[in-house]
Amino acid sequence: MTSLNVEETKALIEEVLEVYPEKAKADRAKHLTVAEPGQETKGCITSNRKALPGVLTNRGCAYAGSKGVVWGPIKDMIHISHGPVGCGQYSRAGRRNYYVGTTGVDSYGTMNFTSDFQEKDIVFGGDKKLETLIDEIETLFPLNKGISVQSECPIGLIGDDIEAVSKAKAAEIGKPVVPVRCEGFRGVSQSLGHHIANDAVRDWVLSEDNKKEVGPYDVALIADYNIGGDAWSSRILLEEMGLNVVTQWSGDGTLNEVKNNVNVKLNLLHCYRSMNYLARHMEEKYDIPWVEFNFFGPTKTEESLRKIASFFDETIQANAEKVIAKYKAQTDAIIEKYRPRLEGKRVMLYVGGLRPRHTIGAYQDLGMEVIGTGYEFGHNDDYERTMEDLQNSTLLYDDVTGYEFEEFVKAMKPDLIGGGIKEKYIFQKMGIPFRQMHSWDYSGPYHGYDGFAIFARDMDMTLNNPCWKEMTAPWKKSA
Amino acid sequence: MALRQCAIYGKGGIGKSTTTQNLVAALAEAGKKVMIVGCDPKADSTRLILHSKAQTTVMHLAAEAGTVEDLELEDVMSVGYGDVKCVESGGPEPGVGCAGRGVITAINFLEEEGAYDEDLDFVFYDVLGDVVCGGFAMPIRENKAQEIYIVCSGEMMAMYAANNIAKGIVKYASSGSVRLAGLICNSRNTDREDELIEALAAKIGTQMVHFVPRDNVVQHAEIRRMTVIEFDPKAKQADEYRALAQKVIDNKMFVIPEPCSMDELEELLMEFGIMEVEDETIVGKTAEELAAEATA
Repeated sequence: MTSLNVEETKALIEEVLEVYPEKAKADRAKHLTVAEPGQETKGCITSNRKALPGVLTNRGCAYAGSKGVVWGPIKDMIHISHGPVGCGQYSRAGRRNYYVGTTGVDSYGTMNFTSDFQEKDIVFGGDKKLETLIDEIETLFPLNKGISVQSECPIGLIGDDIEAVSKAKAAEIGKPVVPVRCEGFRGVSQSLGHHIANDAVRDWVLSEDNKKEVGPYDVALIADYNIGGDAWSSRILLEEMGLNVVTQWSGDGTLNEVKNNVNVKLNLLHCYRSMNYLARHMEEKYDIPWVEFNFFGPTKTEESLRKIASFFDETIQANAEKVIAKYKAQTDAIIEKYRPRLEGKRVMLYVGGLRPRHTIGAYQDLGMEVIGTGYEFGHNDDYERTMEDLQNSTLLYDDVTGYEFEEFVKAMKPDLIGGGIKEKYIFQKMGIPFRQMHSWDYSGPYHGYDGFAIFARDMDMTLNNPCWKEMTAPWKKSA
Repeated sequence: MALRQCAIYGKGGIGKSTTTQNLVAALAEAGKKVMIVGCDPKADSTRLILHSKAQTTVMHLAAEAGTVEDLELEDVMSVGYGDVKCVESGGPEPGVGCAGRGVITAINFLEEEGAYDEDLDFVFYDVLGDVVCGGFAMPIRENKAQEIYIVCSGEMMAMYAANNIAKGIVKYASSGSVRLAGLICNSRNTDREDELIEALAAKIGTQMVHFVPRDNVVQHAEIRRMTVIEFDPKAKQADEYRALAQKVIDNKMFVIPEPCSMDELEELLMEFGIMEVEDETIVGKTAEELAAEATA
């Protein structure tokens, strides 16, 4: 099937919006658009607004953004899910942030620590319980390097003074105890949780006191959450080009690395959405420049390696070329193997705050085309960055509703959808190959050259799986 | 006689708890079976009936036991003067936690444990002065109190509060069967106080149930942690509470109130000389500006 042109795609948006009441229609219309040549990218779409009541949104909450994304992967700290038990337990270990360490001894990534609020804690306040919990943590897990207190909704509602408890306990145990006000009701999505978490790192961890001498090639790899090992397959390339990765977080990161972030020449920022606040802060206060990069697929990886190298001397720049050359044969072999099986296939994406644009190049390297993409919680600056990578007539959808996404898919008939767990089974039941693009569907890494090999294999085995031919019910088959 | 559930609201410090307990004592004396549910973290709604400093509350017992489900009804209920059953919801000390949730939890517990048994004639909820959040509106939600009495006096702030409480009642009255049953004037000896409260009652579409005069015997009894009915049954003030009790028993006037606007209320206050007529020309002017105008 050929792709829709700009006019047809616009007509499709109109048609899908038709069922909404007037007010909802006017609101949702601002969140849907079509990429056109020569389009003004600024303000092309409305984003980061409250989801409409009555629609299915796939967004998370501020707690998810702080505990789940930014703080949670720091492996040698214990992150308390402060409040009732569910928030911590149902999000436990779901993001597949890999780490090296002995869980329960010096690392705690896949464990759930919660204050398990009961009715009495709501009525009488939970500050004493938090103190007790910190004492118990110190007794049972003495090798922890620090504690963060991730507030669930009730903490903000009843006005517990977790800052006071944190300060007192930090002085008592001689380790950082960081209060994070990421109550789930704050903001319109998990995005505010990232910001709040960034601010907590800024206010409670980063410090001039930790400043020391910086080597010429010292860099920080930040906002890579090491999903399925992504940070590892990225770090290899940075080290091969002669950079000294002195800190890497929060994926497989330590508290010490976070503290040490003030001692680098350059911040390498992978997920812009979730950590640009800290990158900007460190630029302003510690004079550390930052650069966004994209390690999905060889084209973007090469571009990024050269961009990163341009911040350094000729040695590093020459090294970058060597790294690119070194992996050329490997990459060519992958493309040679998979491109014929994937060429011309059309993809629709709906992911969080980075992958809706960052993975486009990787699909293109395999001859695939992204015909629709959108963010759960992106902001306008994300969409501006996305526009540059889009082809003509690509459909853009912000905070897409369950209904809209289904209708778009029915009309555009993509060969593959990349999204989250909430969409996965709907589309699979509709007979459309689907990859979970938040946790890599229990696979990964997808970053770097090593990751591209896995990415290509996964897309092929999903898309060309023979099961999709068996989707027609026997009684519906023509005789 | 079917169980009547009544909630007492009113500005903080107006004498809700004292009035409620004296009223309840008078009802008990008249042979009625009554329960008081204190809905205030201070837990001072039952002390005159029980002769105690503060009854152990549902929430404190629940905190000790672990959860409220671990409690039995007899753990939380005490019986005092005239076989009046007493429960205090309890809650946190000021500045921590969520007192409103304490009220919700305690009342749910009483319902589930069958505290509202069939031979009760009256339940009185004595509620914290200001309905600051949903928790303190719990006693007037569906299937709880149907009659609300507002304790007030002829002071300006008490009347503001009464009018505000009437606004809250309108919200719950439109979604349920709760009705305003009247104002109880607990006198502060201000001028023409009875007329003023009657006028206010008329404005918001209700009645002044009774005018309770000020009498030191109330304080004398209170020091002894007793109601006037029990301390000095022959006192004239005891008859006032008996009269109030009889009026409550006979009360048939349950209305959806029509709270007045700020302007109407201020007009009323000006009419009775409690508030001076406002001079709009001085609003927002500094002392300096006023001085300049005066010399000009």
